[in-house]
Amino acid sequence: MSEAHGGYYVPHGSHWPLVGSVGLTTLVVGFAMHLNGSDIGLSTMFAGIAIVLIMMFGWFGTVIRESESHMYNEQVDKSFRWGMGWFIFSEVMFFAAFFGALFYARILSVPWLGGEDASTHALLWEGYSAAWPTNGPGAMGGAFETVGAWGIPAINTLILLTSGVTVTFAHWALKKNNRGPLVGWLFATVALGFLFIGLQAYEYGHAYSDLNLTLESGVYGSTFYMLTGFHGMHVTIGAIMLAIIMLRSIKGHFTPDRHFAFEAVAWYWHFVDVVWLGLFIFVYWL
Amino acid sequence: MSASMKLRGRRLLAGAGLMAAAGSATAEWGLNLPVGVSPIANEAYSLHMLILWICVAIGVVVFGVMFYSIIKHRKSKGAVAAQFHESTTIEILWTIIPFLILVGMAFPATKALIAMEDTSNSDVSIKVTGYQWKWQYEYLDEGIGFFSTLSTPRDEIFNKAAKNENYLLEVDNPVVVPVDSKVRLLITASDVIHAWWVPELGMKKDAIPGFVNEMWFRIDEPGVYRGQCAELCGKDHGFMPIVVVAKERAEYDQWVAEQKQGQVAAAAESGREWGRDELMARGEEVYKSNCVACHMANGEGLPGAFPALKGGAITTGPVAGHIDIVLNGSAGTAMAAFGGQLSDADLAAVITYERNAWGNDTGDVVQPADIKAARLTDS
Amino acid sequence: MTTATAHEAHDDHGPARGLSRWLFTTNHKDIGTLYLLFSLLMFFIGGAMAMAIRAELFEPGLQFVNPMFFNSLTTMHALVMIFGAVMPAFVGLANWLIPMMIGAPDMALPRMNNWSFWILPFAFTLLLSTFFMEGGAPAGGWTIYPPLVLQTGDAFPFLIFAIHLMGISSIMGAINVVVTILNMRAPGMTMMKMPLFVWTWLITAYLLIAVMPVLAGAVTMLLTDKYFGTSFFTAAGGGDPVMFQHIFWFFGHPEVYIMILPAFGIVSQIIPTFARKPLFGYSSMVYATASIAFLSFIVWAHHMFTVGMPLAGELFFMYATMLIAVPTGVKVFNWVSTMWRGSMTFETPMLFALGFVVMFTIGGFSGLMLAIAPVDFQYHDTYFVVAHFHYVLVTGAVFAIMAGAYYWLPKWTGNMYNERLGKWHFWLSTISVNVLFFPQHFLGLAGMPRRIPDYSIQFAEFNMISSIGGFAFGLSQLLFAYIVFSTIRGGAKATDKVWDNPEGLEWTLSSPPPYHSFTTAPEVK
Ligand code: HEA
Ligand code: HEA
Ligand code: HEC
Ligand code: CUA
Ligand SMILES: [Cu+2]
Repeated sequence: MSEAHGGYYVPHGSHWPLVGSVGLTTLVVGFAMHLNGSDIGLSTMFAGIAIVLIMMFGWFGTVIRESESHMYNEQVDKSFRWGMGWFIFSEVMFFAAFFGALFYARILSVPWLGGEDASTHALLWEGYSAAWPTNGPGAMGGAFETVGAWGIPAINTLILLTSGVTVTFAHWALKKNNRGPLVGWLFATVALGFLFIGLQAYEYGHAYSDLNLTLESGVYGSTFYMLTGFHGMHVTIGAIMLAIIMLRSIKGHFTPDRHFAFEAVAWYWHFVDVVWLGLFIFVYWL
Repeated sequence: MSASMKLRGRRLLAGAGLMAAAGSATAEWGLNLPVGVSPIANEAYSLHMLILWICVAIGVVVFGVMFYSIIKHRKSKGAVAAQFHESTTIEILWTIIPFLILVGMAFPATKALIAMEDTSNSDVSIKVTGYQWKWQYEYLDEGIGFFSTLSTPRDEIFNKAAKNENYLLEVDNPVVVPVDSKVRLLITASDVIHAWWVPELGMKKDAIPGFVNEMWFRIDEPGVYRGQCAELCGKDHGFMPIVVVAKERAEYDQWVAEQKQGQVAAAAESGREWGRDELMARGEEVYKSNCVACHMANGEGLPGAFPALKGGAITTGPVAGHIDIVLNGSAGTAMAAFGGQLSDADLAAVITYERNAWGNDTGDVVQPADIKAARLTDS
Repeated sequence: MTTATAHEAHDDHGPARGLSRWLFTTNHKDIGTLYLLFSLLMFFIGGAMAMAIRAELFEPGLQFVNPMFFNSLTTMHALVMIFGAVMPAFVGLANWLIPMMIGAPDMALPRMNNWSFWILPFAFTLLLSTFFMEGGAPAGGWTIYPPLVLQTGDAFPFLIFAIHLMGISSIMGAINVVVTILNMRAPGMTMMKMPLFVWTWLITAYLLIAVMPVLAGAVTMLLTDKYFGTSFFTAAGGGDPVMFQHIFWFFGHPEVYIMILPAFGIVSQIIPTFARKPLFGYSSMVYATASIAFLSFIVWAHHMFTVGMPLAGELFFMYATMLIAVPTGVKVFNWVSTMWRGSMTFETPMLFALGFVVMFTIGGFSGLMLAIAPVDFQYHDTYFVVAHFHYVLVTGAVFAIMAGAYYWLPKWTGNMYNERLGKWHFWLSTISVNVLFFPQHFLGLAGMPRRIPDYSIQFAEFNMISSIGGFAFGLSQLLFAYIVFSTIRGGAKATDKVWDNPEGLEWTLSSPPPYHSFTTAPEVK
């Protein structure tokens, strides 16, 4: 399957991208049909997810096999690194959109509605005074309470920070080729990741059933759930990727000086960590 | 248009090399911004001309050099290529000079902008609300208000009748303002974003649902000034014009007094019992100016977007449900709450009309009192 | 198909046969060809919608389409042209040219390259299928402002997801370009030796990676506002419809430079070749491009001068926008001084490049006028804006793409295009496009709003002229398609250098080039 050109590896044709496109399309068509009230929407969507998963298994499997049979040289490794780096940057910008919405609401639109914009307040929303958190002058979704910063969110912050440390320990172990500690630290990281997700899920349940804090709770609920929700999704993906890296470590993949996949996942994990810090500060705390 | 403008316009056109296509009728065509009838419009106009001429001048220089070399430095004329490149001096010059030109533009622009945004010390305040697809005007100090809707006959739009000179720029109730007074508009919208714009008044402001924007003008000559909604607002975005009538102060005051009387009369209308034919006739009027845009004249709507009222479940079902949707609208759809827009009499009329037109023939007659009762149970 | 005849001679085993070559390919040239053909198809589809728009606007009164469908045509025309025609055309050119220009065998991430392309046909099938849905295709303008866009019928989620897919495709394409340029250059090809096309694409790719995710976030918020009860863009919940506009234009303004920077690159390759003189200021061109890219992040609200921003905001965005004229001026002056005392010839690529310089600059001037906030209150949402952006997009971006196509077509196919027809195409296009778009300046100034299916009679004459120009311009493009396809199929053989003395590694390869561009790294002086 390999072909080296000028010392560079150029893979032959692959059907996985096309499978991926079919999968993604099925997924979004299913979701769209569901949103339009179709009965077969959800099942179509799950079929799409299945196809995407198959594609990922197949595609990553091929890459792992090629990597393990030493078809990639330094330059290919570097391409992968640059690629992952810029992918993470694009993810940062995705979160930036939602942080932007949060800041806009807190700094601009809520104060305007609450009186800083005199005629808006006097003519349309008399009686509303700006506050944060808020569900707006229309009191969307009804009265609600917020999740305090110093309960589960603080614990979750500790968990994620710790997991950032454990994954670094795993990396050190890998660099020294200590397989036992490598797998052990990775396991700890994965476990912390899933613990985080579990606590987050518990917190959502609590917020929905006891605090009446929902997606519908005005702009506070909107920004709260979109930011924490997309973050939680990224933690889930990261934890799954870590688990795969752990399995590969158990199988004896990676060498002390060549382990791009490991590092990519570690970068991703740190990125998820940093986003959480932003969330903790701006969504929960301040 | 002033004579000098026509002249400038002609020159512009000639510059564009469009003379041949344009022929001699250029004068009526409208080529340039209107000079306007409000101070800020004049300011916008002179700023526009200033920047335009600066750009033309830069263009003449740049394209002049370019075409000179295209003509002189061509291989077929035996030109031999020089090999010079890079010159820091020149590079710095052609960075600094444009920058200075821009600074020169920024000064008058800043001045104009500050003047335009200053809505303080106004004499008249009018709240303007955009709806799909009409404008509502409320005179905050006088307590009067009304809706303003396109009045161009549908036959003209569908090419069945000749178009009049104010085609698409005419409304049933123009907004009336006094001359030589600073008029402040407080602009908002009820459904989607619209924008209030009359070119001769020199300002355009978006009407944002949930927020109020302000703009002002001061008209120095009595007259009729026309404009259009300038933000895409759905199907009939092209059909929600604005007409401003500027009157001398005395005439304006008289107009205000008439409006106030009219409102008293309208309240009386809603207090009495109506006959069926009366309701049907009035209902058809109301339907034509408020509902026809979506539900169509034949009551068949537009499949997929706007439901048919002919033989519809609601229009032939219980009266209460029908009153409810017209009064309160349907959340998340284009069907607005007409309770705040129409009087009890108008609502009763249009509902009666819908229940008996296009073969719906339910025979129901809805009275203004029924609407009043429905409003009470709602609140 | 372009390399089909030649690869046996050069390649160790060459491409797969039949359809699977195109479906599964990891070859930068095949993928480049796919992108370019896809883009041509989309240009015709988007153009057909424009023709319908111009037909409806030929005369006052409602003629052919109902107002709702008219709005759908406007919306879809823009989405198809921007995301289907112009952006993929540039990615196609990048695929074909960047590896050849920097001395690489292929793009850095070839499989992902395939995926970037093969998402697009699916995304556009979704988008175009909305024409057949309940409630019709999206009709809220390509700027998809809420609350209006939330009134879209069944098409709504398809619109959102199609945009997501296009975003994924663009981001992957951009990452590939960045990585290829940073990691695949031949030894000796330092950054400041890279051809300008490569430089402009590198910067464009950064813009893409930075702003496409923001668009994805914005449309995701639209989706949740419609279906999941969030209130990002509803005042009653503490949000603001204008917030969407800020997020959208944070993407949207850099997006317009995404569509012009590679065009600058193309023109900077072509003018020196036909002036037979090196580019006047290479490094200042690079810095100017970077400055434009930087400024593009802080000017977005010039699209929103009428939304009622605080005065300080209006002033800031006005000043920042005006500043862009400086680095753009540096570019224009550079092109002109490259021509100065050159030895010019005027083959079709050069004609299109010269047309670009003149007409893009006209579009730039109207852009500068729009930047003056107190007068933009008058221009905004009129045909003056429509005229501005068609000058920069059609006679800017599209003309540059055509210039590039003529310039490199002989290299790609090994065949010379028909020069006489090429010149005809240029002159027909240039004359008709000005008849099409120049009168729109007058319409806008005289007060004709954009996005309307019918207008008052004072606008009748110029609209008719504009429509006639539009039909002529559309028909002229049939000639372009004919020239391209006939050149692919045959014609006089092109030499390896093709032109007199063009600069760049791509001209050191055969015409057509071998399947894998540089199997051994070339030497760069
Ligand atoms: C390729 C795409 C492209 C490009 C390159 C540009 C370039 C510019 N654009 Fe344009 N623009 C669009 C695409 C583009 N635009 C689109 C699509 C829209 C509408 C979107 C929508 O609403 O649907 C739009 C709308 C738009 C608006 C909003 C108008 C409105 O809706 O009210 C504004 C306002 O500032 C603007 C400004 C500018 C400026 C200042 C430039 C500058 O970059 C131009 C700089 C160039 C020059 C100035 C010429 C060369 C310079 C010299 C020769 C130097 C000397 C000159 C001077 C000192 C004056 N553009
Ligand atoms: C790169 C982008 C791009 C390109 C290339 C074009 C190309 C063209 N555009 Fe458009 N346009 C936009 C981007 C673009 N446009 C955007 C962003 C908007 C704003 C949308 C909005 O408001 O939301 C817009 C809006 C817009 C409007 C305003 C609509 C409105 O406000 O309601 C008009 C009206 O004249 C128009 C016309 C044209 C025409 C005639 C062409 C021509 O150049 C097209 C020429 C090409 C062809 C015609 C195809 C080839 C030939 C055939 C298909 C053969 C058949 C030919 C005949 C039958 C004659 N465009
Ligand atoms: C801007 C477009 C628009 C206008 C104007 C409009 N409607 Fe509607 N109307 C709608 C839409 C959309 C619905 C569907 C609402 C839904 O799906 O819940 C609707 C639904 C209705 C219904 C219920 C029909 C059914 O069977 O579901 C009635 C009755 C009705 N409108 C009456 C009116 C009256 C009376 C007027 C004028 C006073 C009017 N409408 C003006 C858009 C409009
Ligand atoms: Cu109201 Cu456009
Ligand atoms: Cu812009």
